[in-house]
Amino acid sequence: MSNKKEILENRRFVLIVAVIVITVIFIVRLFYLQIIESDYKASADSNAFLKRTIYPARGIIYDREGRVVVFNQPAYDVTVIMREVENLDTLDFCQITGITLDYFRKRMQDIKDRRLNPGYSSYTTQVFLSQLSAEEAGVLQEKLYKYPGFYIQNRTLRQYAYPNGALLLGDLGEVSPSDIKNDSYYARGDYSGRSGIEKFYEKELRGEKGVEILLRDAHGRIKGHYEHGAHDQLPVAGRNLTMGIDMELQAYGEQLMQNKLGGIVMIEPSTGEVLCMVSSPSFDPKLLVGRFRGKHHQELEKDPLKPLFNRPLMAQYPPGSTFKPTQGLIFLQEGVITPETRFSCAHGYTYRGGKPACHGHPSPLPLTGALSTSCNSFFPWGLHYMLDDRSRYSTVEEAFDKWKDYMVSFGYGYRLGIDLPGEKRGYIPNSKVYDKLYRGHWNSSTIISIAIGQGEILATPLQICNLAATIANGGYYYVPHVVKEVSGETLDTLYTRRHYTMADPKWYSYIAEGMRGAVVGSPYGATCRGANLSDIAVCGKTGTAENPHGKDHSIFMGFAPYEAPRVAIAVFVENAGFGATYAVPIGRLMLEKYLRGYISEESKPIEEYILNAIIMPGDGYEN
Amino acid sequence: MMLEYDLFDMFAFPLYGLIIALLVVTIFVAPDVKGSHSWIVLGPIRLQPAEFAKFGTALMVSHVMSSYGFQLTQPRNFIKVLFIIFLPMICILLQQETGSALVYLAFFLMLYREGMSGYVLLSGVCAVVFFVIGMKYSGVTMGETPLGELLVALMLIGISLWLIWWERRDKDAVRWISIIAITAFVIAYIASFFFAVNFALVAIGILVVEAIILIVLSVRHWVWHYALIAFFAIVSMGFLFSVDYVFNNILEPHQQIRIKVSLGLEDDPSGAGYNVNQSKIAIGSGGLWGKGFLNGTQTKLKYVPEQETDFIFCTVGEEQGFVGATLVLILFATLIIRLFVLAERQDGTFGRVYGYSVASIFLFHLVINIGMVTGLTPVIGIPLPFFSYGGSSLLGFTILLFIFLRIDASRRQR
Repeated sequence: MSNKKEILENRRFVLIVAVIVITVIFIVRLFYLQIIESDYKASADSNAFLKRTIYPARGIIYDREGRVVVFNQPAYDVTVIMREVENLDTLDFCQITGITLDYFRKRMQDIKDRRLNPGYSSYTTQVFLSQLSAEEAGVLQEKLYKYPGFYIQNRTLRQYAYPNGALLLGDLGEVSPSDIKNDSYYARGDYSGRSGIEKFYEKELRGEKGVEILLRDAHGRIKGHYEHGAHDQLPVAGRNLTMGIDMELQAYGEQLMQNKLGGIVMIEPSTGEVLCMVSSPSFDPKLLVGRFRGKHHQELEKDPLKPLFNRPLMAQYPPGSTFKPTQGLIFLQEGVITPETRFSCAHGYTYRGGKPACHGHPSPLPLTGALSTSCNSFFPWGLHYMLDDRSRYSTVEEAFDKWKDYMVSFGYGYRLGIDLPGEKRGYIPNSKVYDKLYRGHWNSSTIISIAIGQGEILATPLQICNLAATIANGGYYYVPHVVKEVSGETLDTLYTRRHYTMADPKWYSYIAEGMRGAVVGSPYGATCRGANLSDIAVCGKTGTAENPHGKDHSIFMGFAPYEAPRVAIAVFVENAGFGATYAVPIGRLMLEKYLRGYISEESKPIEEYILNAIIMPGDGYEN
Repeated sequence: MMLEYDLFDMFAFPLYGLIIALLVVTIFVAPDVKGSHSWIVLGPIRLQPAEFAKFGTALMVSHVMSSYGFQLTQPRNFIKVLFIIFLPMICILLQQETGSALVYLAFFLMLYREGMSGYVLLSGVCAVVFFVIGMKYSGVTMGETPLGELLVALMLIGISLWLIWWERRDKDAVRWISIIAITAFVIAYIASFFFAVNFALVAIGILVVEAIILIVLSVRHWVWHYALIAFFAIVSMGFLFSVDYVFNNILEPHQQIRIKVSLGLEDDPSGAGYNVNQSKIAIGSGGLWGKGFLNGTQTKLKYVPEQETDFIFCTVGEEQGFVGATLVLILFATLIIRLFVLAERQDGTFGRVYGYSVASIFLFHLVINIGMVTGLTPVIGIPLPFFSYGGSSLLGFTILLFIFLRIDASRRQR
């Protein structure tokens, strides 16, 4: 009996050991959960912390006169917390917000669909309609008390002070998945610059995001700041930009170009700042903001007149006669001609029996005269002596590549590097291209049309304007740029460094003189009289770009004043025929507008004529 | 403390009767709270009689077991005790409070101390282990062999051999059965090179042969033990094959899912596994030192459901870290061990039985609650003593413990 009693008493040790074993098991388990496994900590953070981004204000864009051009305007999102919606008069709500009943139902379904909206919770704020205007939001705000669960949330939208410069300024769009992958700055739903200045200066304009760390409960409701905001970061506003663009000039240019296709570029030669960059047809930048951005963008994309095609940067044409100044510079620098050298012209290039053809003017004529009257014989002669004189270069290839190097130094054949996306490089062939094309047998006669800017050569209006600026500067240029100041930063040295060409500055005066003659007249004729202003000395050069698809494109290149140039310009009008007809008067008006600030009485009839002119391919051809 | 020691003994029966009556009434009058009918609402007061039934039952069991001439080994007495324990348990089950009902199984620890065969506890443990293995490896096969059956059969062979040795010291039996088993497996292994062999069937075959041998031995030596061991092995095997049936047909769907989740058979962090997953996240995020008192994010932001009541230990784990949680565990272990020691030193059976009952109940709560919160055991909603929110529970545990302290105090007076 006592033995049995003892056995039973000892059973307490079994129980005590069991307690100890269980406790040890639990401690090991806790050690695993709390010390070894780190996933739980991360899960806890993503559970409880809602890192809410505070968006910085995007930089404001000013024009060269300090006028606000692009700014931020409050916009409104209608948000909904599903759990709080009750007794909703759907029909009434749709009427107020201007949506259809079907759209309302579809939105509600989409919001609740966790496949489309993975973070959905009926306790949290969901965006129901986005980017309402102040007016739309105002109407809803008054009636909001009738719709419990619906709220209006502020956002900012880009807003434009002028209905101009849409392509230049660019637009904002939602970032794509690849943007997010390439730049950790972005998150889903962010907006970034899609084109124009907005895209090129995205990093400067966007600023730095701030973050507030909020505590979120199991239902997704916000329960205040984590540690009273000690870890929050304030956003840093984006940098403001000042453009070289004069918005009134830009607006005037767009007005003049109404009902015409083409573009205008104006550059301040002493800085390289772009004063205006008109692409026509133009459109109001407001179209690409807000709720209907997608729809409008699609319409613009489908438009056969290609309003989204930024012509000054992207259109590549044979530069026509505006190319001739470069040829004169090359021949002078190479010693092929002197300023006194005269070549003959007999209604065309005499060496090849009158091809290319020219108009009637006194012959023989020197360089300045040839520029003034835009002789089609002088420059082929020059090219002939440069390429075919074997005492100068041993092969035509060597001579031609030298010629090409000159052209590149003038800014042709490669991108100039303007601070806008989408610039095209134009085209200057090298000797290999012709070797291949003509199987090694070619000379100046084979390719003679390039001397007058036709043939294989392509240039953008920007490159043509840059040439005008180079001539105005007497031998150098600054890389054209539309933004002249980024607040708090110095401008990229790319835009403040002089680029000298391979032609000596001393030769440029002859070119300028020839271009001046084209405007005021010379003994050999003048092609550019339409640009002549009574009190401002304009220098100019017309051009006609051959267009295999229709009527030729009209080009004007110039600068003013002759004595101390303040502005260089390139105008081109598609399908407008000879340069003198449309491009020259438009150039004249633009120069006057910029230099004088107003249009003088003598130019008023010209302005009216231009404003009423309609030059469209296909329909309504005037002229 | 002022109540006389003997009073507990005297009033045990009326108290027990009262509580059983209350439990029965509760079944019918209690409102539906999350599916259970365990609350009595009296104006502003809400009571959970099940919490008080614990000490009532403990007192009643102590009263009966300390009566003159009581021998637990006598079947009549054993059944009487079982009846006292199962009556409130069944009432509480009828209230849909499975967790609170299971607590009454804790009394078996006390019964073990008082002379119940250790095999009852062993069978219980085996049942749980076989159930877990059966569930976990249900449908898992290795070639022709169902893994669950093989594992259980192997365990059974092992356990039965150990039992033969432990009870009878019968070297010959152990040796011969071992030789038969090993030979059978070697043959099966060689055979498996030629055709697919179901090793589980081999193991079961061995068990059958073993059972036959044991029954023969039982008859020859005329002792029960061999037959009982054979019986144990056969019943266990039968239990294994009925696991699926029991699981699918007897358990409620929510219980099935909880068990599956805790066995890792089902991963459903936003559904049935939500509680446990969030609970583990909360505890896991505590780290070594914790986030500091009232600084827990997971618990304060209500990620863990039932965090004031059944999942209260999460808050300890998150805010006090590994150090704090371990300390709490050690304190509980110390309390329970101390209760066992105190219970053992009572002079009377009444005090001892009551003390063991109290300690066992605490131990059961601790194991199930901490196991659930740390994801080791299925979710069974029972409170952690003195931590979980709830007046009934707090009062119930306090009375449970303090009656024992009173009993212990009177011991010293005498």
